[in-house]
Amino acid sequence: MNEGDVVNYWPLAGIALVVIGFAMRLNPLMVVVGAAAATGLLAGLDVVAVVEALGKAFNDNRYISVTWIILPVIGLLERYGLQQRARGLIESMRGATMSKLLVAYLLFRQVTAAIGMKDIGGHPQAVRPLVAPMAEAAAEMSHGDLPEDEREKVKAMSAATDNVGLFFGEDIFFAIASILLIQSVLKTNGYDLAAIELAVWAIPTAVCAFIIHAWRIRALDRRLAKVRPSNAESAA
Amino acid sequence: MITYEWLYMLAGGFFLLWSILSLRDKRIGNAAFWGLLAVSFFAGSHIGNFANGLLVLALVVIAGLGGLKRSEPETTSAEERLAWSNKLGNALFVPALIVPITAVAGTLLYNYVPGFLESQLFEDKRETLILFGFGVVIALIVAVAWLRPPALAPAEEGRRLLDSIGWAAILPQMLAALGAVFALAGVGEIIGGFAGQAIPDGSVFLTVVVFALGMALFTMIMGNAFAAFPVMAAAIGIPLLVEAYGGDPAVIGAVGMLAGFCGTLLTPMAANFNIVPAALLELKDQNGVIRQQVGTAIPLWVCNVVIIYVGAFLLWN
Repeated sequence: MNEGDVVNYWPLAGIALVVIGFAMRLNPLMVVVGAAAATGLLAGLDVVAVVEALGKAFNDNRYISVTWIILPVIGLLERYGLQQRARGLIESMRGATMSKLLVAYLLFRQVTAAIGMKDIGGHPQAVRPLVAPMAEAAAEMSHGDLPEDEREKVKAMSAATDNVGLFFGEDIFFAIASILLIQSVLKTNGYDLAAIELAVWAIPTAVCAFIIHAWRIRALDRRLAKVRPSNAESAA
Repeated sequence: MITYEWLYMLAGGFFLLWSILSLRDKRIGNAAFWGLLAVSFFAGSHIGNFANGLLVLALVVIAGLGGLKRSEPETTSAEERLAWSNKLGNALFVPALIVPITAVAGTLLYNYVPGFLESQLFEDKRETLILFGFGVVIALIVAVAWLRPPALAPAEEGRRLLDSIGWAAILPQMLAALGAVFALAGVGEIIGGFAGQAIPDGSVFLTVVVFALGMALFTMIMGNAFAAFPVMAAAIGIPLLVEAYGGDPAVIGAVGMLAGFCGTLLTPMAANFNIVPAALLELKDQNGVIRQQVGTAIPLWVCNVVIIYVGAFLLWN
């Protein structure tokens, strides 16, 4: 850029710090706050203003961390065998496979999110105590005991399925925050659209998401079969 | 009227208890970290921005120095759990379902049964999370009354899970704070400017690609698509795709946002969805969830480009 340029590009250094920090596996909290401080200072704010901005934003977003109050419920139920029961339920179903289970959960998550029930599901409430143990049990029924790496992939795929189902279901519901944001941005620019006109355009992507992710779940199941080809009968 | 402030008192109580139990367990770092979070919930609305900022810095120093450790409160063995699960059967799922059902059914009732909304029982547009809080309290009461655990068991089992999540528990909140600072420093406008310059003249298809790519990349940087959308819409979506090339604003807006969601699947900055579950599931690889999402996110992004091009231009004109 030449000297006549009036835009101050220095605040972008904060983004670089985030990328470098995550790549170097530094503590993410330090990376994030370091990047925020650098960004603020390079944009010309003084130290006090940066600390205040951080404090205000952290305080305004406390509602995000409120959700951890669910942990005693989940922990208590796990103490009495919730994960084991989730596994037992799957093991009692003849013909249950990991791909059938996760594809069904994907569809369930997309459909419930699409009718506004995005708070059914989620990682602490559903994935850790229910979906992941069920997926593991189903995978072990078809493929026998799994090596640690493969077990991790099944758990990670369970979490991924929750995310994909939520993200590509929720926008079909017209009263969701992202639809309202799109609506307000378009309106500011002179395009006054009803939320429902936007929400219907989330349907083609939702269908693509289901097809692609369901295919990937089945691909993982097929790959697990290759890892332990002859163990199917040994599962208890 | 029941507001978020009530929830903050409730959460503050939980974190205070976890702090005390950590202290009793001689885990000073954990006690300080969860104790500071309790202070934030109890007093954050009253101590001012600067004091809140110092509190944030203190949390980061504790986490950065490795002060947070996993904990091993007394619990049942795997064999005992299996025995309990056989004895209690599928009724174990009931308390777990109380929370989502209270939140979802409560929200629907509150919004659609005449009279509730007018009663202003809950702070406007805050009913779901408040009802979630009620659901947690109800589920705890039901589970304790039914299972009769030792008095501290709910708190100690919660602490085990919380300590296994560790610093990741407040990363989403911290990232929201980073987003606010980025906004204050004008990062969005700078990126929008770059994206605006990157447009090849005259090609509708390539402009769609740059728009969708900008949404995904900017979302990866910020950790959510909400920050990216207004910037990319103002830089490319509205002036070029809608006004210069005559595309359908509904498709460009709706599917542009979804192209951003593909970016959310790919970034550790979306900690709530990608990093926290890796901690919750005790994965060895912090990025394990993202690795499973790459193969979905990239083809889906391509689909979004095609949907915008076909839906907003070929079918529209």
